[in-house]
Amino acid sequence: MKPHVRPAKTTPRQLSWGARIVVLVPYLWLVLFFLLPFAIVLKISFSQTAIAQPPYTPVFDPAAGWEGIKTFFGALSSDNYALIASDPLYFFSYLKSMEIAAVSTVLLMLIGFPMAYGMARAPSRWQPVLFMLVMLPFWTSFLIRVYAWINILQHDGLLNQLLLALRLVEAPPAWLASDTAVYIGMVYSYLPFMVLPLYATLEKMDETLIEAAADLGAPRWKAFWLVTLPLSMPGIIAGALLCFIPIVGEFVIPDLLGGSRSIMIGQTVWTEFFLNKDWPVACAVAVVLLCVLLAPILVYQRMQTRDLAGSA
Amino acid sequence: MRKASWLNVVSVALGLAFLYLPIVILVINSFNASRLVTVWAGWSLRWYAELASDRAMLEAAWVTLRLALFSASAATVLGTLAAVALVRFGHFRGRLLLSGMIYAPLVMPEVIIGLSLLLLFVAAGIDRGFWTVALAHSTLTMCFVTVIVQSRLLTFDTSLEEAALDLGCPPLKTFFTVTLPLILPAIASGWMLAFTLSLDDLVIASFTTGPGATTLPIRIYSEVRLGVKPEINAICTLMLAVVAVAVIAVSLVIKFQESAHRPGTVAARI
Repeated sequence: MKPHVRPAKTTPRQLSWGARIVVLVPYLWLVLFFLLPFAIVLKISFSQTAIAQPPYTPVFDPAAGWEGIKTFFGALSSDNYALIASDPLYFFSYLKSMEIAAVSTVLLMLIGFPMAYGMARAPSRWQPVLFMLVMLPFWTSFLIRVYAWINILQHDGLLNQLLLALRLVEAPPAWLASDTAVYIGMVYSYLPFMVLPLYATLEKMDETLIEAAADLGAPRWKAFWLVTLPLSMPGIIAGALLCFIPIVGEFVIPDLLGGSRSIMIGQTVWTEFFLNKDWPVACAVAVVLLCVLLAPILVYQRMQTRDLAGSA
Repeated sequence: MRKASWLNVVSVALGLAFLYLPIVILVINSFNASRLVTVWAGWSLRWYAELASDRAMLEAAWVTLRLALFSASAATVLGTLAAVALVRFGHFRGRLLLSGMIYAPLVMPEVIIGLSLLLLFVAAGIDRGFWTVALAHSTLTMCFVTVIVQSRLLTFDTSLEEAALDLGCPPLKTFFTVTLPLILPAIASGWMLAFTLSLDDLVIASFTTGPGATTLPIRIYSEVRLGVKPEINAICTLMLAVVAVAVIAVSLVIKFQESAHRPGTVAARI
């Protein structure tokens, strides 16, 4: 063991024994419970659908050596992917998920930005309270919050009672089991995810820059467009990714609020798995979903690591 | 003093109203004496009384609570270790993979995490039940703990640690006497977040659970699919109350910790 010296940051560091344990415990945990499960999903997605119970063929047999590896890869089948590609139901499910996620993200931005901006411009003694108020719903259950909306949106719920009392509608409209309900649920559940990163960037912004723009004769909208918006870009991108990625794979909200005609991809995985009991197809659907989300997830990760490097 | 324009005040007020009104309505409805949740028949604790005699619901609540306590504690230990590794050990080999495995679960759709963990348990031939859900929850929530503790470690004055090391304090003792007290508020909020995430999770628990380990969200979900029921309003209100009390308690502890551990007092301890 070398004595404890701190080398330059660019070279991989020789860690002491104690430090190695600190690194290895979470490392092994995540490899075992995060990475390995994905490898299994990938493998089963290439398995044959015919057998509904594990073990799925082909069985990987390391004892058979190279021959075993060859037979393993030879027996892999792309049937499940062919099924996904040929059945338009899956394609529309992916498309619907992307559409709902994109529209929800735009709606979240339109509602979240003025809110975050207002918070950042609030008197400083109020800011921690406002921050806490936005944060608090984040701690409470998605399920409970979606359920709260079922209370309001159901046929004889509060919203329809209100609309009828105000004579805005003749007959109570059906809110549940519609895309509108899904959008309400998404915007409601993900609003803290949008507001908090936006607030974090807007709060750090130097207000004198806007004053300078105003002094130089820029109208308020132009100062906003040319100064505030570009400076809040990191928050906008972070908020958009934090909402868009999980919404694409969302299950609870579309399942409880959405209609049976627009099935999102998270529901498709759930249905294939729990109702059709077709594990290989469920895995293939999940793998494709992951591939779709890979690019935004990588962008998000890069932003996170850069943020941390910047603040270090 | 910043001036608050009316536009800013209105947008914040509307936003907060949007966030809180549905929850307030839910809570008020849970005290409604009428079985029909849409008709107000006066205040009553009737549904709470019915809840208290619902054996299956109580059983689920007990399972959920034990699960959240265990997985939050495991996640806090694992997450703190990972945070220390990422912040303090520079560029060790495999650091990129570790940080990737920490950030990915934060945004990964829950159906994928749940499905993949279930298949791991099936492949390993482990009977599903309480412990499989506990493992799944620990894995997901440790990543949240890491992010919280990591951001605290990054804004932390390393000269205190270096002073202890220079004065001959062994690294492990330095960690427990200097670092740990300083990052304790972050660890506490990490634990808290892990606890509530485990308490609330439906999707991952549904995939990884087995006989005898029905959690409260799973039970609520199966009831909610059949429509709005006053008992569900009551149990949801109770869950909201548990989370609110816990969050407030932890923020008070953090406040207390922060005032008790000014840098001066830590330096005096070494």
